[in-house]
Amino acid sequence: MIADLFTAQVIIGILASGIRLATPYLYASIGETFGQRSGVLNLGVEGQMLLGAFGAFFVTLTTGNLWLGLLAAVIIGLVMGLLMAFISVTLQAQQGISGIGVYLFGLGLSDLLFQKLVGTVETVSGFRPVHIPFLSDIPVLGEIFFSQNLMVYGAFALVPIAWFVLNKTTLGLKIRAVGENPQAADSLGVSVNRVRYFTVTLGGILASIAGASLSIALLNVFQQNMTSGLGFIAVALVYFGAWRPLGVLAGALLFSLVNALQLWIQVLSIPIPPDFAVMMPYVLTIVALVLTVSRVRPPSALTKVYERGE
Amino acid sequence: MNSTLTTRLRSWFSRFDMYTVALPLLATLAALLIGAVMLLLLGADPIVAYQALWEGAFGNSNAVAETIVKATPLLLVGIGITIAFRGNVINIGGEGQMIVGALLATWLGLTYTDWPGWVMIPAAMVMGFAGGAIWGGVPGILKAYFNVNEILSTIMMNAIAVQLMNFLLRGPMIDPAQAEVASQIPQTARLEDLYHLPRLVPTRLHMGAAIAIALAILVYILLWRTTLGYRIRAVGQNPDASKYAGINVKRSIVISLLLSGAFAGLAGAIQVYGLNYRMITDGSASGFTGSAGFNGIVAALFGQLHPIGTIPASFLFGAMLVGANKLQRVVQVPSALITVLNGLVVIFVVSSEIIRRRRQRTAEIARIVEEKPPDPDPPEAEIEPEVST
Repeated sequence: MIADLFTAQVIIGILASGIRLATPYLYASIGETFGQRSGVLNLGVEGQMLLGAFGAFFVTLTTGNLWLGLLAAVIIGLVMGLLMAFISVTLQAQQGISGIGVYLFGLGLSDLLFQKLVGTVETVSGFRPVHIPFLSDIPVLGEIFFSQNLMVYGAFALVPIAWFVLNKTTLGLKIRAVGENPQAADSLGVSVNRVRYFTVTLGGILASIAGASLSIALLNVFQQNMTSGLGFIAVALVYFGAWRPLGVLAGALLFSLVNALQLWIQVLSIPIPPDFAVMMPYVLTIVALVLTVSRVRPPSALTKVYERGE
Repeated sequence: MNSTLTTRLRSWFSRFDMYTVALPLLATLAALLIGAVMLLLLGADPIVAYQALWEGAFGNSNAVAETIVKATPLLLVGIGITIAFRGNVINIGGEGQMIVGALLATWLGLTYTDWPGWVMIPAAMVMGFAGGAIWGGVPGILKAYFNVNEILSTIMMNAIAVQLMNFLLRGPMIDPAQAEVASQIPQTARLEDLYHLPRLVPTRLHMGAAIAIALAILVYILLWRTTLGYRIRAVGQNPDASKYAGINVKRSIVISLLLSGAFAGLAGAIQVYGLNYRMITDGSASGFTGSAGFNGIVAALFGQLHPIGTIPASFLFGAMLVGANKLQRVVQVPSALITVLNGLVVIFVVSSEIIRRRRQRTAEIARIVEEKPPDPDPPEAEIEPEVST
């Protein structure tokens, strides 16, 4: 039974699902990284994901067009991101708690709309695997990395892009300055509020796309509360990854690989309680936070409201 | 009326800020208005819908009893939240703390079946309290001594508690009757009849509500009438100043999260001993808690982070949760609408803080304008001796 886990086919299967399952974490966590680097904690990711997941699913279901579904997720993310930015930047509300409000709002609204507009379990035909020429023919690696669907490739492409934007562009410099020392950035002519509106809205869009990746690329269904805490983990991964895109990638892979392993344990009906496997990444995250916290410093202005002239 | 009483009343009224009551009520009104627009968009008559909500919550004695039953866990979680937030720590871990409290309390009741009820019920409540205290205390220690953000650690502890619950309720603690059938609903066996919390009237209303209200008053006394409470609030308002005043800031952080978790754990135990008489879930946290761990935050915020204010706030949100079912039946709008409204209330309440801050600043500016310019050669400030504890 347990030996079944160690056949080549199963190991490849676990790794390939692990790569797939990292997708929603990556979109949401990279988006959250931008927000937190500029000093804003968005704890409403879970709610934004649920709304994006529903929007993409519903539009795909009714139009049959995946790209329109994805566009719907982007628009929903834009609106929800602007809402979060308005609450936390303009109205200066306490960020941890207002995020819980956005979470409850998204949880309720996605459920409400699903029950009212769809009602029954429906599936859509989501993004299909795209085999990259030549690369997908490489034995083992091709199957694991280069036979995924477009949204998976998009998520992994986001990591180097985010790294480049944050570290090598003026925009990234402004974002980091606003998150470290908003007063100084302001005195040098950087509009703190404008930068934060940008990052929080971007985070909203990416969280919404993360939800869409579940409903139109990975699972191809929508269910009430289908993210079941994934959005909160995505926020934690930003801390886990020490606010660096590469660190976030490592954390996302840890969670997704353990989840994939756990799914395969169930598929092969191996008599190990899956609960402990699922529990491990959370325990590991706490351990990692304890170990890294003394060495890694969060952005100085994280969760701090900025008001001019104080 | 004697003079001391008038002075007391006067000082009470002077502390009483109109905004304390008006802001949350305005927030609810705004949320209900948005809800009305949503109802219209969904093709339902908002007046009929809200009437159904009201009747569902208060229509008859059974409805009122259900409202109080739903309000009980919100109040218990909520008073815990007031302690944490007053101590400037954010506890998002109510769900996990409820679960662990319930697990420990249920384990006790199922293991020792020959204890008299008057021994078991208090013992089980203590177990619930302890379970929640452990689950809140760990993030407290991690924050105080390892500088780990408590928002994250409490979220992680929620997820760990869910897996722990699923493992125990499907494995070692599963109802023997369920273990035999293929469906295997994750639930424990039923508690002895002797161990059920007494009911107050012939409805589902149980003693948990009275316990919760009594504890809300106790928490008020703790926070405002004891040294411990003073320290928790002092650390919450200004940790640096508290440190210089000799308060052990780290210990205060641990205690506020630990106590906060303990009340959520008690809420979990009371759900088992007062309502279901067994622990049951659908595999998710809310399958057991009914999201009380989150909704308790809403109630506490609405009650302006005051234990006494949390009593009517919990009652209100309990009513919304109960009335939602009737609303769903009458106008065919899913009861999830209430979750949306709860979210909006949180958003509005935290956002309206800016009004209060602006007012305070205006008052400060007014004072500066009225005051004379500061003395160019002020006398040396007296240095307060450091108090050690």
